Amino acid sequence: MGKGFKYLLIAIFVVSLAGCKFSPVKNRVSDKDAAALAAKQQKQKEAENSAQDQRYGAEMGGSFVGRELEDPNSPLAKRVFYFGLDSSTLSPEDRNVIAAHARYLSAHPKVTVVLEGHTDERGSREYNIALGERRARAVEQLLLVQGVPSSQVQIISFGEERPVALGHNEAAWRLNRRVEFLYSGY
Amino acid sequence: MKKQLSFIFGLLMLAISQAQAVLTIEITQGVQGATPIAIVPFAWAGNNAPPEYMNKIIAADLQRSGFFNPLPEEDMIATPSEAGKVNFADWRALKVDYVVVGKMIPQMDGSFQIQFQLLDVYKGKQLAGYSIRSRKPNLRITAHQISDIIYKTITGVRGAFDTHIAYITVTKNRKGQKLYRLAIADSDGFDEQIIYESTQPLLSPAWSPDGKRLAYVSFFGGRPKIYIQNILTRKTEEISGFKGINGAPAWSPDGRRMALTLSKDGNPEIYVVDLKTKKFTRITHQYAIDTEATWMPDGKALIFTSDRGGSPQLYRVELNRQSKTIGRPRRLTFDGNYNARASVSPDGRRVAMVHREQGKFQIAVLELKTGRFQILTKSRLDESPSFSPNGTMIIYATEDKYHGILAEVSVDGRAHQRLSLQNGDVREPAWSPFK
Repeated sequence: MGKGFKYLLIAIFVVSLAGCKFSPVKNRVSDKDAAALAAKQQKQKEAENSAQDQRYGAEMGGSFVGRELEDPNSPLAKRVFYFGLDSSTLSPEDRNVIAAHARYLSAHPKVTVVLEGHTDERGSREYNIALGERRARAVEQLLLVQGVPSSQVQIISFGEERPVALGHNEAAWRLNRRVEFLYSGY
Repeated sequence: MKKQLSFIFGLLMLAISQAQAVLTIEITQGVQGATPIAIVPFAWAGNNAPPEYMNKIIAADLQRSGFFNPLPEEDMIATPSEAGKVNFADWRALKVDYVVVGKMIPQMDGSFQIQFQLLDVYKGKQLAGYSIRSRKPNLRITAHQISDIIYKTITGVRGAFDTHIAYITVTKNRKGQKLYRLAIADSDGFDEQIIYESTQPLLSPAWSPDGKRLAYVSFFGGRPKIYIQNILTRKTEEISGFKGINGAPAWSPDGRRMALTLSKDGNPEIYVVDLKTKKFTRITHQYAIDTEATWMPDGKALIFTSDRGGSPQLYRVELNRQSKTIGRPRRLTFDGNYNARASVSPDGRRVAMVHREQGKFQIAVLELKTGRFQILTKSRLDESPSFSPNGTMIIYATEDKYHGILAEVSVDGRAHQRLSLQNGDVREPAWSPFK
């Protein structure tokens, strides 16, 4: 089977999925949670980015205006994907959204994304670093298989070191088992 | 007379049998209670309060070990400061097996002469006695050294009170940013000194076998890298900064090599780097997570965490001197579906780990020879076990009212102790080697 044909199949799959409505998956994060989380994340990101040893420069710059990324109604507005305990498996719904990210990245070769993998606080820290990376890599693989050049994607795992929800219960843990998309260059 | 003699003989035998019981405490479950001991307040000639209450530091050390039950000061009938003034009958009446007396004498040059004697109450004789010169900043260390002498004399096992722990603290700075610190403190948590701090995550501190350097993982610069920092000189060297994970550093027992985790080849694998030649040798070859390697004390094998079997478990792989693997990794743990982050006892007989039981993460110990598996702790978020250099205690991280704290448990699970440190979260304790 030719590569092109494979991509065509995926494209057809993605297009057909895009037309469907998905019923909410059990154990998913509610919109309210997600909104509160987004606000919290924004705040935390700002605090982190003002750190002396800041991580992501904006030197890639360019005059490109990424309207699509800023549209709250676009699937691209969803930048955080959640995982089950010990799991790095994405739901079909999330795969669909990630496919939209893949299309966006393919269409905008100057845009890069960092995929940050995270875990909840339980268990050993270094194992969680590895588990967070596995989650980020699962998302990366979905992007690459849909034709995004690897030069546009970076992954990093913080394990359990950067929780967004600070509680110590399942409600917090499920918000912390996640991969985040951090775009730059748009 | 004869009756009296036999009574005394009986007491003597009791004292001896107790001493033997203490000696075998590590492997016997049948020991009843801890050995009663009295640490009498050290005599002090000065007008002001003494610079340190040596007896309190020593009593706290001995209590923490779980082998001793120090007599409360208020229960003491007398407070002699030298052996000649000890009335053994008093202490027998208090059912104390051993008495420690001492004095702290200020010297002209501002230092202190510290004299102490360890006495066997039932034999009515001195077991140990020393005179130590110390200065004010070192008085706590001197007290820990006295604890070590007492512990060794009575149990036969080398004490580990005069050692350090390293750990990570997380607080918030004035800007509201998280502040990660690598600190060292005495084994009882006192005299904390910060040796590295960053607003980026910091984890996995590991002592060099000579106790002079710490390896750790810092996200400074945005990516995890492994560094070695000299504790005294602050001199820092980057050991590993590959793409992806650089984590879980573990020194070989001879200090020449370091096991670590790299994901540069696609997924986390164990490597060993020669610290002199900087040659990296890949140890594991598995499409799974392989991480958290730790060395067997003879340097001939690694124990590591792998989820190659579907859930994280401990595996063991043999190595030669050139870091070439001998045979395939062998699975060590079979209890439950989560066993990770091994710490090997200094004698190589036991492996402590993080074990999940009904959703709770607890510290467990596996005896390698017998396969005996024991869960030592009871809370729900216990992690990062680290053996004391004498193998009798395990320090680990746990939570208390949603704060990270450090706690200790004896290897037999009898003695539990929490270390009180300052505010913020404390995590990832690593017990230093002997000085």
